Amino acid sequence: MLKNRIIPCLDVKNGRVVKGINFVDLKDAGDPVEQAKIYSDGGADEICFLDITASNENRDTIYEVVEMTSKKCFVPLTVGGGVRSVDDINKLLNCGADKVSINTAAVENSKVVVDSSKKFGSQCIVVAIDAKKNGDKWEVFTHGGRNNSGIDALEYAKKMEDSGAGELLVTSMDRDGTQVGYDIELMSKISSKVNIPLIASGGVGNLDHLVEGIKLGKASAVLAASIFHYGKYSVKEAKQYLESKGIPVRT
Amino acid sequence: MNVTIVDYKSGNISSVINSFKEVAQNKVKIEVTSDVSKIRSTDKIVLPGQGSFKSCVDALQSIKGLVDCLNDFVVNKKKPLLGICVGLQMFADVGYEESETKGLGWIPGKVTKIDNQNGKYKLPHIGWNQINLVKESKIFKDIKDKSHMYFVHSYEFVPTDKNSISATTEYSSKHVCAVEKENIFGTQFHPEKSDKTGLKIINNFINL
Repeated sequence: MLKNRIIPCLDVKNGRVVKGINFVDLKDAGDPVEQAKIYSDGGADEICFLDITASNENRDTIYEVVEMTSKKCFVPLTVGGGVRSVDDINKLLNCGADKVSINTAAVENSKVVVDSSKKFGSQCIVVAIDAKKNGDKWEVFTHGGRNNSGIDALEYAKKMEDSGAGELLVTSMDRDGTQVGYDIELMSKISSKVNIPLIASGGVGNLDHLVEGIKLGKASAVLAASIFHYGKYSVKEAKQYLESKGIPVRT
Repeated sequence: MNVTIVDYKSGNISSVINSFKEVAQNKVKIEVTSDVSKIRSTDKIVLPGQGSFKSCVDALQSIKGLVDCLNDFVVNKKKPLLGICVGLQMFADVGYEESETKGLGWIPGKVTKIDNQNGKYKLPHIGWNQINLVKESKIFKDIKDKSHMYFVHSYEFVPTDKNSISATTEYSSKHVCAVEKENIFGTQFHPEKSDKTGLKIINNFINL
């Protein structure tokens, strides 16, 4: 039986972890390799790096990070943030990323998704959708949530599936950082609309939220940051809890 | 001993390279090449594969002499080869992804899309699933039945001869996730991304 996945997400800036584990005796709290290794040893099903490097001249730092991590981490590694072109995807994959998530570039030009999934296979193309509720629908935001594209998130999700995305990483902008739980309605609506797996993101504050994301939000995988980074729960505890609620997990 | 990973420009093979190097350390030489003369003289071959069945077969054929070299290595010399993901799928006679495409024909059978039961099951089949060991296999030495492996695929290999199946997994229905026929080994899942258990399989292959 296929297991639901738990994916810790680390924010990386200029090649250093800026939002990650800060509760154990890390030799170097900014070292992405050490952090990724702690999570993979602790049972994380995948690792996600979100590159939030702002300046273009430091963009190359993520390639070094991916290269070093992939030599030590033998679970799937997804890398996103600032991915603009097929060439960017190619570089990340060559450095050892297993999947690349595309956000703004996919909204601006869906051809990036079409071309990259044809070239590298859908299995490594994740489309990240940042959505915010507006009335009775959700709109897709770009540039790290700063710009409203006005595009309907549900229709966009379907379009991305048709363009060749292998998975969708859906973040609720309304819930992100609030710790009040995923936007279940958004997740379940998108998940029901598409036939590719959905990774739920944004708003996790406790383990019940993970359960809800899978059971009610119909997510195949749940992504979380703060609840793991600050030691509130370990990945192992999260899995035990999910299992006790009848959700299949890899133990 | 040399283990050669065939780099035929089909998808991302960095993870395969990293995992084999991690397991081999400095005891075994891991070579990554598309040079047919080097592949011909190696001891073991790893055939990765990402993307569609058709794109992988096309990529293999675009390298002059490569398919003949692989055939000779596997069929005549009977040296060990491990196919991963589409690398395994290409063992079949025929695949139906994109269009009907002839495979390598090493293990009789076909590659077809997983039945998603009218959308009840999402595709690709992505994530960790348990494998059922159905026969003794050298690459599964010390691997427990029901171990978790990392999968990502939408097509499955359906061999005609069920004796070649070494492991199955369940998603929508029971399907083949590993095969072994004499010197030919294949896994639909990705041992290179399957944590310590996956590395153990790689170690078993290297130590054959």
